[in-house]
Amino acid sequence: MTEPRVFELSVKERVGFKFPKSDVPNYPLPDLLRRESLPLPEVSEIDVVRHFTRLSQKNYAIDLGFYPLGSCTMKYNPKINEVTARLPGFSLTHPLQPIDTIQGNLYLLFKLQEYLMEISGFSGITLQPAAGAQGELVGALIIRKYHLDNGNTHRTKMLIPDSAHGTNPATSAMAGFDVIPLPSDEHGNVDINALKELCDDQLAGLMLTNPNTLGLFDENILSVINIVHEAGGLVYGDGANLNALLGITRPGDLGFDIMHFNLHKTFSTPHGGGGPGSGPVAVSKNLIDYLPDPVITITEEGDEENPPLYGFHTPRRTIGRLKSFHGHFGVLVRAYTYVRMLGAEGLRDVALKAVLNANYLCSRLKGTFTLPYDRTCMHEFVLEGVWKDVPDIHALDIAKRLIDYNFHPPTNYFPLIVHEALMIEPTESESIETLDKFVEAMQKIAEEARSNPELLHDAPHNTPVRRCDELKAAKDLVFCCWPTSSE
Amino acid sequence: MEFPKDLKYQKTDEWVKIEDDIAVIGISDYAQDALSDVVFVEFEVEVGDQVAVGDTYATIESVKAASDVNIPVSGEVIEINDGLADSPEILNSDPYGEGWMIKVKIADLEELANLLDAESYEAYCNER
Amino acid sequence: MYTPHTQHDVEVMLKEIGAQKIEDLFREIPEKFRFPKLNLPEPLTEMEALLELEEISSANGTTNEMISFLGAGAYDHYVPAAVDMLLRRGEFYTAYTPYQPEVSQGTLQAIFEYQSLISVLTGMDVSNASHYDGATSAAEAVIMAFHSFRGKRNKFLISKAIHPQYREVIRTYMQGYENIRFVGDEAQINLYQDIENLISEIDQNTALVMVQYPDFFGRICDYREMVDVAHKHGALVAVAVNPIALGLFTPPGEFGADIVVGEGQPLGLPLSYGGPYLGIFATKKELVRKIAGRLVGETTDVEGNLAYVLTLTAREQHIRREKATSNICSNQGLMALASTIYLSLLGKQGLAQLSQLCYQKAHYAAEQISKLDGFELVYPNQPFFNEFLIRCPKPVSMINLAIEEHFIIGGYDVSKDYPEMKNCMLVAITEKISKEDIDTFCDVLHEVTND
Repeated sequence: MTEPRVFELSVKERVGFKFPKSDVPNYPLPDLLRRESLPLPEVSEIDVVRHFTRLSQKNYAIDLGFYPLGSCTMKYNPKINEVTARLPGFSLTHPLQPIDTIQGNLYLLFKLQEYLMEISGFSGITLQPAAGAQGELVGALIIRKYHLDNGNTHRTKMLIPDSAHGTNPATSAMAGFDVIPLPSDEHGNVDINALKELCDDQLAGLMLTNPNTLGLFDENILSVINIVHEAGGLVYGDGANLNALLGITRPGDLGFDIMHFNLHKTFSTPHGGGGPGSGPVAVSKNLIDYLPDPVITITEEGDEENPPLYGFHTPRRTIGRLKSFHGHFGVLVRAYTYVRMLGAEGLRDVALKAVLNANYLCSRLKGTFTLPYDRTCMHEFVLEGVWKDVPDIHALDIAKRLIDYNFHPPTNYFPLIVHEALMIEPTESESIETLDKFVEAMQKIAEEARSNPELLHDAPHNTPVRRCDELKAAKDLVFCCWPTSSE
Repeated sequence: MEFPKDLKYQKTDEWVKIEDDIAVIGISDYAQDALSDVVFVEFEVEVGDQVAVGDTYATIESVKAASDVNIPVSGEVIEINDGLADSPEILNSDPYGEGWMIKVKIADLEELANLLDAESYEAYCNER
Repeated sequence: MYTPHTQHDVEVMLKEIGAQKIEDLFREIPEKFRFPKLNLPEPLTEMEALLELEEISSANGTTNEMISFLGAGAYDHYVPAAVDMLLRRGEFYTAYTPYQPEVSQGTLQAIFEYQSLISVLTGMDVSNASHYDGATSAAEAVIMAFHSFRGKRNKFLISKAIHPQYREVIRTYMQGYENIRFVGDEAQINLYQDIENLISEIDQNTALVMVQYPDFFGRICDYREMVDVAHKHGALVAVAVNPIALGLFTPPGEFGADIVVGEGQPLGLPLSYGGPYLGIFATKKELVRKIAGRLVGETTDVEGNLAYVLTLTAREQHIRREKATSNICSNQGLMALASTIYLSLLGKQGLAQLSQLCYQKAHYAAEQISKLDGFELVYPNQPFFNEFLIRCPKPVSMINLAIEEHFIIGGYDVSKDYPEMKNCMLVAITEKISKEDIDTFCDVLHEVTND
C-alpha cells in the first residue's frame, strides 16, 4: 500500500498548526529580498499524524525484532534513557548560557568523561565528535599534528588493515595521509611480517579495530602495538567493537594511543534510522594537549560546603573545534544514564553475554555455513553466504530471504576479505529463544537454497515493497517530489 | 568473456587499439562485467591535456562501485567520447566498439611494449 | 541489567560451545590486562537513575524559569506536541540505517520528504539526507568546492560575518589538505564593508565564496552582486542559512547560490544544550555527484510499486574508501525526521506566520532597547530578521551577570569572538518571547546600567 507523499496530502488553505497572534506593533518588511512563494504543503494535524504513523509501520526496528547486524551492535535501547534525555532541565538549556546556569550539564559531561576514560583506560577525552567517523577524523588529525609538532614532516603513511571499515581510509585521506593497506594472516590476525616491513621512518600510525571486523581478537595485539611504537608511530583504535571488551580489557592498557567510542553502538543510544550518533575520543597522557576545543574541566575546586565549578578548557595544542557547541548532548545524557544503571558489573555482563551469544550462534551455524576463520570469536563472527553446490545463490539472496522469516538481514559484503560475507552480531540483548529461532531460519534457508532456490531469489515476499531497482535509482536520480499545487 | 586479439591491454583492465600514432582507449569486457551496470562516467581530462601512463583519466560509477580508469600510453588527449554522457551503459553493451572512451596521440611508441597482448591478459584474468 | 539470560540458559549455551564458563572465551586477551576492576559508582535501578538525572538537571537554569535572549546559532522555538510524540515511535527511533529498503520504507520516504521540503525551502534542486550540524555542513561545502576544481583552485573566501564556530570548524576540517588559503575573515576586516571586501578578493584562483544569511549579526544582506562576480570568475557560492528566515526572505537558490548549508535546529529540535542538531546541505543538480552524505532516491520495486532507496552510494566511504571525498557515514536521521514532521505540520501558513512573529517581535525589541540611555543599534540601517546587534554602555559580561539575578539570560557577548566589537550584545527573539518579556528586559537593562 503506497503511502502518498506529504505534498500529495496538501489541500489549499488547510492549517496544521497555529501560533498566537502578534502582541507587538506592526513593522513593515523590507522591500528587498521578500520571498514571493512558499510552496510548502498545507496539511491538517490529523493527516500529518496519520501519515507519519503509517510510515513508521513500514519500518523494521529493534523494538520489533532481532537485528544480527555485525559491526552495528543493535542492542536494546532502554526507554528510561528517552525520559532522562527529555527532562526539561536538559532540553531547555541553550549551549551558550552563562557557566553558572548550566552546572548540571557540565557535571554530567565531566562525569561521563571520567567514566568513559575509566572504562577504556585512557587519560584524556573529548565528547564533542558527532559520530564515529568524526571521532576517527579527530584521531587522524591528532596523529598528524603530533608528528608535525615533533618535526616529523616525513611521517605520512597510515597503515590500515584490509578488513577495515571504509571510514578508516576515507578519514586518513582527509587528514592528508597516504593509505597503506595491511594484510591479515590466515588466522585473521594482522600479518606481523607484513607489518614489520611496512614500519619505517615514514610511518605515522596504524588504525586498528580490535576485535577486528571478523570478530576476532588479535592474538598478537601487544606485539603489533609494540612494533608500531618502536617505529615511532601511533596506534589508533577504532572502538566500534568495544561491546566485546567492556570490563574485559581496556584498550588504553593494551597500548592504544587513541580510541573512539560509538555511543550509538556500545552504549545503547538509539540508531534513529541513521543517526544521531556520538563518537567521543579518548587519548593517552601524551596526547591530551591535542584534543579538540573545548574539553570540560573543573575550573574551581570544591570544598565541604561547595561543589566544584565546572567549565571549559582549550587544550594547549588543540587540533581545533570539530563541530558547533559541545557535542550531541542529548545522546550523551542517554549514555550517562546507561552507564549509571549498569555500573562496572553490568558493563562486564554486557561483554560476557554478547560474546556468549555470538559463540553460541557461531557454534550452531558453522555446520550449515562455511566459517572461514574457525576460532573463538568475540561479539560477532563472519560466515560465507555461498555454497559450492548451489553457485547461483549469493549472500544477498540469503539476506533477503531472512526478511521473510521476520529477521533483519546480517551485515553483508563486509568485510571485503571474506567472499560473500555475512557478518553476524547478536548483542547481549537477545534471549536463547530468539537465537534458536534465528538458527532455525538460517537452516531452513540453507535447505531452500537446494530444494527451492526461487524462494531466495524472489525474496522478500511480504514486505511493503519487494526488491528495489537500484540501477534505476542511480540513473534517473529523483531526489525530491515537487509541490503539486502551482503556488 | 571477450579478449579481441588485435588489442593491447593493461593489468588495470584498460585496452588500447593502435591506429597509426593514435591510441584508442577503453575498458575491457572483464572490467565492465566486474562493475556491472554503469550509471555514470566522469572524465578527469580534457582535449588538449598531456597525460602520462598511470594518470587517472576518468571515473566510472556503477551501482556497486566507482572505479578509476588509467592511461596506458602517454601523449596528448585528442578526442573524448561524448556519447557516454547520455548513455553510459554502452560501456557494458559494447566495451570494445561504441564504448571507446578517449583517443590519445602517442608520445612514445616504445611504451607499447609494456602492454600485454590478448593471450597474456586473458591468462591474467583467469587467475583472478 | 538488560540481558535476559538465566543460569539455565547460560549452561545450555556453554554446553553447545564446549566451554566450562563464559570467562574461558576470553583466553586470547593478554592475561595481565584481563578482567580489570573498573572504578565506577554502584549501579542504580531505574527509579534511582531517574532521581539522579532529575537532580542533575535541576542544577541548571532553563528557558522555563528564565527569559532568554540568546541566539547565535541555536534558537528557542516552540516544538509542537505532535513532533515529539511521533518521534517517540519505536519504529522510527530504534530503526537502523535504511540499507535494506524493503524493511525501511518508513525511514526512506520520510527522508525523501525531508529532501523535498529542504529543496523547496532553500530554492535548490537537491538536498542530501543531512549532515551533523550547520558548521560541519559548511566544512563539507568547502571540501566539495575543493574537489570540484580537483585541487586546482586553492583560495576560499569566507565572510567574517559567518558564525565564528563555523569558521573554526572549516579550518579544523581542512588542516590536512595542502596549500589551502582562507581569506576574508581577518581581524582587520571592517564589518560595514565585508561584502565589498569579499568581492574585491574574488579571482580566477577562488574556488568558493561563503556567506551567511541572515549573517551572524542578524543582518539580511543583498548578495546578488557578489554572486555575479563570483560566477564571472568561475567560483562557487555557498550560503549558510537560518531556515526560519526563509519563510519571509528570498531563498538563496533564487539569487544564484550553488550550495546552501545551514543549521536545521530551529525546525522543531529542542535546544538540548547544543545537540544533536541538523546540518542542512542542498545544491544544484550539476553538483549532485559531488555531494557527501546519504541521498534517498525514488525508484520502483520488482512489482512496479513506488519505492525509495539510498542511492549514489558508490561515492560514499564504504565503497570508495580512501578515494571518497568525505568520510561521513551517518546522517542525523531522527533529527531530519523531526524537521520533516515540523515543516509538514506548520506548512506554508504556519512557517509564514512563525517568521512574521519572529520578525515583528525582534523589531519591537530593537526599537525599545535602542531607546534606552546608552544603548544603540550597531547596524541601524540594515534589514534584519530575528537577531540584532546592540552596543551597550558597559561590557556585556557585566550586564549579563547583573541581569541573571532577574532571571534573564542576556544576548551573546560578541566581543569574545570579535575583540573590536566591545560592549556589543547579539540579541535574538523568537515567537516564545512576549511583548511583556521584552518590556521587562528593557526595564532591567536600564536598571543595571544606571547605578
